[in-house]
Amino acid sequence: MSTLVAVLAYGLADGAILALAALGFVLIYKATAVINFAQGEFLLVGAYMFYTAFVVMGLPLAVAVVVGVVVATIIGILVERLILRPMVGESPISIIMVTIGLSSLLRALVQMFYGTSPKPMPKLLPTGSVNLLGATVPINRLLVILVAAVVLTAFTVFFRRSKHGIAMRAVADDQQAAMTMGISVRRIFAMAWALAGVSALIAGVLLADISAVDQNLAAFGLLVFPVVILGGLDSVPGTIVGGVIIGLLKQATGTYFDPGLATVIPYVVLVLILLVKPYGLFGETRIERV
Amino acid sequence: MAQTATGIHHRSYSSELRLRATRAEYLRLGLMLVLLIVVPFVLDNYWMSIANTILIAVIGAVGLNILVGYTGQISLGQGGFLAVGAYSSVILSDRIGLPTPLAIAFAVVLTAVVGTFFGLPGLRLKGLYLAIATLASQQIIEFLIRRDYGGFLTGGLGYINVDRFSFLGFEIGGRAVFERQWYVILAVLAVLAVMAARNLFRTGLGRSFMAVRDQDIAAEAIGVNLTRAKLTAFAVSSGFVGLAGALTAHYSEVVSWEKFTLEVSILYLAMIIVGGLGSIAGAVYGAIFMTLLPVVIRNLANALDSVMPFLGSQLPAVQNAVFGLVIILFLIIEPRGLNRLWERVKEYFRFWPFRY
Repeated sequence: MSTLVAVLAYGLADGAILALAALGFVLIYKATAVINFAQGEFLLVGAYMFYTAFVVMGLPLAVAVVVGVVVATIIGILVERLILRPMVGESPISIIMVTIGLSSLLRALVQMFYGTSPKPMPKLLPTGSVNLLGATVPINRLLVILVAAVVLTAFTVFFRRSKHGIAMRAVADDQQAAMTMGISVRRIFAMAWALAGVSALIAGVLLADISAVDQNLAAFGLLVFPVVILGGLDSVPGTIVGGVIIGLLKQATGTYFDPGLATVIPYVVLVLILLVKPYGLFGETRIERV
Repeated sequence: MAQTATGIHHRSYSSELRLRATRAEYLRLGLMLVLLIVVPFVLDNYWMSIANTILIAVIGAVGLNILVGYTGQISLGQGGFLAVGAYSSVILSDRIGLPTPLAIAFAVVLTAVVGTFFGLPGLRLKGLYLAIATLASQQIIEFLIRRDYGGFLTGGLGYINVDRFSFLGFEIGGRAVFERQWYVILAVLAVLAVMAARNLFRTGLGRSFMAVRDQDIAAEAIGVNLTRAKLTAFAVSSGFVGLAGALTAHYSEVVSWEKFTLEVSILYLAMIIVGGLGSIAGAVYGAIFMTLLPVVIRNLANALDSVMPFLGSQLPAVQNAVFGLVIILFLIIEPRGLNRLWERVKEYFRFWPFRY
């Protein structure tokens, strides 16, 4: 029982962060049809930007958060403007490769400026642990779930209620029609990348808080693929469900079977999903196949 | 046959079927051969080892280009297939005791089979989804090698030492001749691989690959068997890759999983993108370019050490940054790669003094 509670807590925390990372990925795919292999590096860059503002420059937490958000937004917009816009209309392989190149570049830049050793960062979330149904669960994991839930809800409300959110959904649905209604598709593309940068920043900081600020944050990014394939490439609720399932599955495999197996089980799930239900749980069934 | 300013005018079928039509093309072929023969006489051991690495990369890149450039099937699983070739060849030759060339041949077949198996998702999936599916196959193959259940592969060591290449009493010699003897073997195989690939696309099978890439539904309508074409493309391509993997193992005389990670898959994709998708010559240029790039940066960093010590101290990061930048810049500025640049140079001279 206590093991189960621990698995649930750790798995949900991982899943919540995965969902946040996947959210950015899905936003970009939905709005611009770009598969972003650099999503993990966005996490990495976000965490380091926050680290710079909060620890290196010694800014107060609230200001550091604002600085982080602004920088993440700028990076997102720059990437869209400088790298993805010239690639409009190219084949999928070219677009995939350009984001792979971007991921290599971003990781190298982070390494140049900050080195490879993990950076100690004062814990943002309280570190104690609580006793939950006989299991000792760190408070910060529970708070991660809470923060992610709040952020994901905020994003959902943004898409449902705000003018920009509705415009984004319109562009995702039908670019041509959205354009005729006077929506600037370019601005929406930029906004998708900026929001992806921000959600990756939040995911990166949360992940850094429960582990450490180092290069391994980027490796976490590859797990986005099982999550989005499971949830559906173009579904925002799918990222949450997919994130939670993959997070729990990974944690359960690691606890009950073999920690090594836990690293590969998401990819096994990925292959199975692709073979059985390629558009995922919530994805649109508009998949190209022959 | 006549060569005019507007192109080549063939007067007989045999002249049209020839691989090379003009005198300039024969001249270039001659130059290439001379270059290949001269290389071992002018380079020292260090540069010979790089030349050998390039030759192996050429085989792998040509193989990947058959799949990605000619058939339009994205694969991020190259590293895994290289690993299958390397491990199977070593196990067959060193553990089971097959003669090495035979072991390599079996490794090629086995990799083709494994590649075909992982190509199965390609029957249902295209583009982005196939890229993600092959990413998963890469992760799964890498995991199986790394975990090595039952210690069958590396016996828990994480690596296998490979015996020195020998066949029918001939054995690769020591330090002084090691690189040069390997060069001969690898150069012959690389030339054969390039020729095989070049000719493949003059056959019906090769043409069907390109038809699948360009418009799969139309291809099916004109009678191309899509299932067969796609799976054969995976098989042929993985065969080349298996050969490259097996040669890597026997040449470097050690195999371990670190040589077959996702980064390797990406490196090979970068080779064919930078060289030019859907062009055999491009795959060769790309393999040369991407193999030389880190070497050149390292030498540059050493040379500039007194002026810019930053370059040397941050060497791996600088190499990765340049790697990423090269991919991005090529895709944005010249998506058809080095091969297209070379064609443009040729056109410039052909049309001079006009611009078109």
